[in-house]
Amino acid sequence: MQGLLDVENLVVRFALRHGELTAVDGVSFTLGAGERLGLVGESGAGKSVTGFSIIDLISRPGYIAGGRILFEGRDLAGLGEEEMRRIRGNRISMIFQDPMMTLNPVFTIGTQMVETLQAHRAISRAAAEELALERLRQVQIPSPGQRLRQYPHEFSGGMRQRIVIAIALLNDPALIIADEPTTALDVTIQAEILDLLLELCASERAGLILITHDLAVVSQVTEKIAVMYAGRIVEMGPTDDIVRDPLHPYTQGLMAALPGSAHEGRRLNQIPGMMPSLMHIPAGCAFHPRCPLRREECALSAPPLREHAGLGRFLACHVAGREGP
Amino acid sequence: MSTPPPLLTVERLTKHFDISGGLLEQLRLSRGRLIRQRTIVHALNAVSFEILPGETFSVVGESGCGKSTLGRTVLGLYPPDTGTVSFAGHRIDGLSPREMLPFRSRMQMVFQDPYASLNPRMTVVQTLMEPVLFHNPALSAAEARERAARVMEQVGVDPGWAARFPHEFSGGQRQRISIARALMVEPEFIVADEPISALDVSIQAQILNLFMDAQAERGLTYLFITHDLSVVRHISSRVAVMYLGCICELAPKGKVFDEARHPYTQALLSAIPVLGQPRSRHLRLTGEVPTPIDLPQGCVFHRRCEQAFARCRQEVPQLIERGEGHLVACHAVEEGRI
Repeated sequence: MQGLLDVENLVVRFALRHGELTAVDGVSFTLGAGERLGLVGESGAGKSVTGFSIIDLISRPGYIAGGRILFEGRDLAGLGEEEMRRIRGNRISMIFQDPMMTLNPVFTIGTQMVETLQAHRAISRAAAEELALERLRQVQIPSPGQRLRQYPHEFSGGMRQRIVIAIALLNDPALIIADEPTTALDVTIQAEILDLLLELCASERAGLILITHDLAVVSQVTEKIAVMYAGRIVEMGPTDDIVRDPLHPYTQGLMAALPGSAHEGRRLNQIPGMMPSLMHIPAGCAFHPRCPLRREECALSAPPLREHAGLGRFLACHVAGREGP
Repeated sequence: MSTPPPLLTVERLTKHFDISGGLLEQLRLSRGRLIRQRTIVHALNAVSFEILPGETFSVVGESGCGKSTLGRTVLGLYPPDTGTVSFAGHRIDGLSPREMLPFRSRMQMVFQDPYASLNPRMTVVQTLMEPVLFHNPALSAAEARERAARVMEQVGVDPGWAARFPHEFSGGQRQRISIARALMVEPEFIVADEPISALDVSIQAQILNLFMDAQAERGLTYLFITHDLSVVRHISSRVAVMYLGCICELAPKGKVFDEARHPYTQALLSAIPVLGQPRSRHLRLTGEVPTPIDLPQGCVFHRRCEQAFARCRQEVPQLIERGEGHLVACHAVEEGRI
């Protein structure tokens, strides 16, 4: 089956003064039309860099050092800037953590929405405004006609993020990449925004890549999860299966570390140590210095991501998921 | 069994900030006449509560609800407008810096951002020794150094790194150093303002464990300020829920999480995503969070509350005890309608 997005062996490097570091190291995943994938990990895991490289937003000194990004059958990694611009904001939209990264403070919401439409198709200003109005209504902005003529600073944080979602949806994208879209928002607003994203992805049949550190959010919004650690996917599979039965010791550790998993008031299970700096990724499996299951071989070679038991689950571990000692 | 006297008592604490700027910025033209208009942020509105020795009292709420202002006003970092703060039986609001001094070493604070709260030009050991030597001038430098090494060990930072600077540490390590700095003067009471919000999940668990261990070892009392309800549920003994500068519900932890009465608490709880549970139909709040500048008349929550009726728009509800230490400020609850 031809997927919507097919990332194969993606490698992203940053050429710094003191040497090169690899932020994404051989990441592969596929996404079907209308499918929702969660990229989960802690800061420095490479999840945002993976998302950014799909729409070629990696800028110097970063570069895509290898791999393919097949979107609707075309390799995005080889496209020129001009062609990429036709896809960005059109077939693929991005939602950032901070809505002010998307919104221009000196133009009204209406101007920005009309511009987004006119950049990608021949449409009159009046018709574009009509479409913009409809989208604002869809994201439940009250009195949209009046709001269209207001500037970003006149909106609250939650409203801004809703407007960003409205803009992301303007050109009926096939894929939305949302990078920590609710991290800066309060829980009651977060719940609204997540509902909205879910509803719209379903009604517009758009695929979603949700990048977040929040396992609880991912478990409620996505069908598939890829857990990243130090630039690699360590575990991937259907969300329900991973949440119910995580196999990789890092995934297990992350879930056990959440308050609510231990008895109230008791010590939480903690993963010792911390995520390595990308300048000093340990040899072998990057997780082995913190891993309770580590063996000799773990320090020697990095385990590849392999299909586990043929259940659509993938695992990169020398020890977990194997029979016997 | 009688309850011990509270360690901290806060009564009708009110703090407003005037953000109107200079006189010229306050002038407005209204119907052809020049008027002077002030802009006041109502950060705290008559907040009252007590904290018992040894407990972890959590304050939760969304951004702008006044929870951080509360923590700072309690410690005297902001002078309150009205209301009182008493610590171990002594009034500490309105004290001069000199009068406050003996209380400073008994009350400490841990801040959210471990990057901003450590002096980048001081080594770890300097950061740790400064408060001890300040509060105990009789102590020798060698003794202070020894205590620093001991506390570093306790919080899980290798004492061999004492001569390093903050930039050489990760966020989690820095937060450990901030906690060590607070522990150095052997306080009884610590205000922790979002101490784990800036940290990664696996590090959050480490720091929470550190807070709980320190409490078990030293019998500390915490005022824990956070927006993260799952953390609150894990560590608190009692919880106060704040909305727009007012406490709307205050109860032992179990009551708040299992028997919340206030419509805002209920909405807040239903909005938390829980790992592996399908998205529940959370209670949608209508309307926007009002700013603390234009406080609504009556109950601060009434514009977003489905239960609101005439009385809510006029009269501010008081915190009323519903039994077993469960306090709710809601007219609808008081009248038995919900």
